[in-house]
Amino acid sequence: MKLLKIIPDNTNIDFVRLRGWAFGLTLALSILACVLVGLRGLNFGVDFVGGLMIEERFATPPSQDRVRSVVDAQGVGEAQLQQQGDSRTLVIRLPVQQSADEGATNAVVRKVTGALSREFPNAQFNRYSTVSGKVSGELIRNGLLAIALAVLGIGLFAIFRFEWQFGVSTVVAIVHDLLMTLGFFALTRFEVDINIIAAFLTIIGYSINDKIVIDDRIRENMRRYRKMDMREIINLSVNETLPRTVMTSLTILLALAALLLLGGHVLRGFTAAMILGIVVGTYSSIYVSSSLLITLGLRADPDRERVAKRNSMEGAERIGPRA
Amino acid sequence: MLDFPRWKVAWIWGVLLVLSALAIPSLLPERITARWPIQPSRINLGLDLAGGSYLLLEADTNDLTNSRLESMREMVATEMRRATPRIGIGDISTRGGQLSFLLRDPAQVDAAREKLLAITGGGAGLTGQREWDIQVVDTSRFILKPTSAGLTQAIDTAMGDATEVVRRRIDELGTREPTIVRQGTNRIVVQVPGLQNPQALKDLLGKTARLEFKLVDTTADPAQLAQGRAPIGSQVLPYPNNPSGIPFIAVKRPVIISGDQLTDARQGFEQQTNAPNVNMSFNAAGGQRFARVTQANIGKPFAIIVDNSVITAPNIESAILGGSGVINGGFTVDSANQLAIALRSGKLPVALKVIEESTVGPDLGRDSIRNGIIASAVAVALVVAFMFVTYGRFGAYANLAVVINVMVILGVLAFLKGTLTLPGIAGFVLTIGTAVDANVLINERIREERRRGRSVIQAVELGYHEASRTIFEANVTHAISGVIMFVLGSGPVKGFAVVLLIGIATSVFTAVTFTRMLVVQWVRQTKPKTMNI
Repeated sequence: MKLLKIIPDNTNIDFVRLRGWAFGLTLALSILACVLVGLRGLNFGVDFVGGLMIEERFATPPSQDRVRSVVDAQGVGEAQLQQQGDSRTLVIRLPVQQSADEGATNAVVRKVTGALSREFPNAQFNRYSTVSGKVSGELIRNGLLAIALAVLGIGLFAIFRFEWQFGVSTVVAIVHDLLMTLGFFALTRFEVDINIIAAFLTIIGYSINDKIVIDDRIRENMRRYRKMDMREIINLSVNETLPRTVMTSLTILLALAALLLLGGHVLRGFTAAMILGIVVGTYSSIYVSSSLLITLGLRADPDRERVAKRNSMEGAERIGPRA
Repeated sequence: MLDFPRWKVAWIWGVLLVLSALAIPSLLPERITARWPIQPSRINLGLDLAGGSYLLLEADTNDLTNSRLESMREMVATEMRRATPRIGIGDISTRGGQLSFLLRDPAQVDAAREKLLAITGGGAGLTGQREWDIQVVDTSRFILKPTSAGLTQAIDTAMGDATEVVRRRIDELGTREPTIVRQGTNRIVVQVPGLQNPQALKDLLGKTARLEFKLVDTTADPAQLAQGRAPIGSQVLPYPNNPSGIPFIAVKRPVIISGDQLTDARQGFEQQTNAPNVNMSFNAAGGQRFARVTQANIGKPFAIIVDNSVITAPNIESAILGGSGVINGGFTVDSANQLAIALRSGKLPVALKVIEESTVGPDLGRDSIRNGIIASAVAVALVVAFMFVTYGRFGAYANLAVVINVMVILGVLAFLKGTLTLPGIAGFVLTIGTAVDANVLINERIREERRRGRSVIQAVELGYHEASRTIFEANVTHAISGVIMFVLGSGPVKGFAVVLLIGIATSVFTAVTFTRMLVVQWVRQTKPKTMNI
């Protein structure tokens, strides 16, 4: 049987030489992402801004204007409508109800669903949720804390296992991945809810995973070819691990594509974020983090450097480079 | 490398088969496993899959602080009155989060302090810390401030009791398998699968159900009452159903009898009018006290107060001796039943507020499960096909590992009685993708070593050995983000993290140890000179 080889044997792409272009592109895209987030903002779900969300399923695709007028007639604040999944499902979002009465939000839900089912026969609610401003603040805080801790923890792990340059380059690459994903959310207006925090953390986990594999190979090659120039070592390592990088990305993308197309609309934003994250994470492993190692001045054979330093500190005789 | 003793093979298969077998009950319908002699542990479905309601309740700690101050005020007043000689006090106030009062006779400072130390727990609580700070200013004014340690402990106790009361009330509603968990210092999470309209539940939990009987102060001047002023020793309370039309009434402060002395409360019907009412029975001490007070006050009205609002204020026609009472307050069957449940499940020591709520309809849940199963199956099929065309025999080994891993993850999840949520399904699909990463690493390494001209055995040996280190490091970092998600995440995110973490642990075992065993057996049996990889 002839087996599939996506990356031909002995592929040798000069990634390091391309890094000038790659840095330029990366920088441009990062700035674009920041601008997008700044200008368009993110479409936060009720988890993060508080308020009320009702998902309603209609028998036939409804006219959004009619739905809006029905909801607005209830006098419960300005409604935001968003189509979800198929054309028969609409998400209605309402601001936090200004009332001390505990039953108020529930009454709103009943009022709105009641009015809708009178106006549109066979309309039915799929789900609803209400979040008070207090809880949403905490959810945002915890989400950001989780992301910060994950980046920090993994950076520390990389520094502990490798050289400091690996830690720094990994963290830079992850920040880049997160920026890209945020830009994607600003562009598509997908809803950013609590599940997206999980998607971000998964992207971080995957992206790191990918970088560790390449870093590990760089470290191995640094020991094997002590005389080799750092550029060559990085090129060699990235090329050697390229088949694995591509294979793994493709298998995960296949699995996620199944989830995106068949997994239902509730998970769509979540899956889309992860697919983008995998693509961006793979790109940043190849172009951002490993190329950054050169800029940060990683040198071949750091073991020797360390030995020399320790010896000089002990005031021992100066030793020359090892043969 | 080729040394793979028989006991090790048996052990690996044994572990995998047992763990996979644990998944079987969760895959069977519940009506089948219900007939088994031993109930196996199953995977629970989260509310987003099963449908149902989620409520996050928060206790109002200010409310608790105030009621603690109020009860301290009562206690101080009673103790000073009972002291011999009686200690005269005045100008009691509970403003500004502290209790202050003035001694009529400054010479009694020491006696008063002794009394106060006795009722504030001798100055030291269980934790050895004082619950109240006692200060004397201007020689005769006492100020009692609750300490933060005392407050923390009071909140903790109150939350423990509140959780119990919430559980009893929800059980009374007869809902199926609710989950009631304390969260943080002052929150309770309630999850009720299958519940579609949580209004009744919220109404029930919104009542603290503090029941009190007090005598009505008939001397109050209606004009003063309207301004919210009551005679000394009395207080003004709302009375929405007052037949006289004024929605207020003045009652005397001392409590005749309180909800603590109830032994039961049931919804019933008034004999003449057939209107719904609530029947209560008191314990012995409560019954006696009720009898004594009613005997002494025949012809006067008393107020039945729930949560500081008067429900009804009937006249005492005759002494009530039987140790039971009836509340007639213009109820419907539902509202009478609700009050009865709230009363017999005990009062909530602190008011609870719903700060987050969500409900998922059963159709959406069913759709999500079906979509999740289809997506997972397609994901497995795609990955399996892709691995096989890329690595042939070695791909097939990896595939066997993936399929077993799917079962093992479900088995471990069932064993831990874990909850599968919708993001959990996403974690599941993602794990299928990442689990083969280990095999990709190994197989690519074997390809490389073969290209460098190593023999089959050497290539396999080096491939597994070199890749293992990378796999370990990659999985540790992955696990770091999983652990953070588990610790800091809430609800659905936690469900995702659990599946991810289980998947990371099991996939290392299936993808490395298990496939190595398969490869070794193949190499040993066929002694291949070349390999197609």
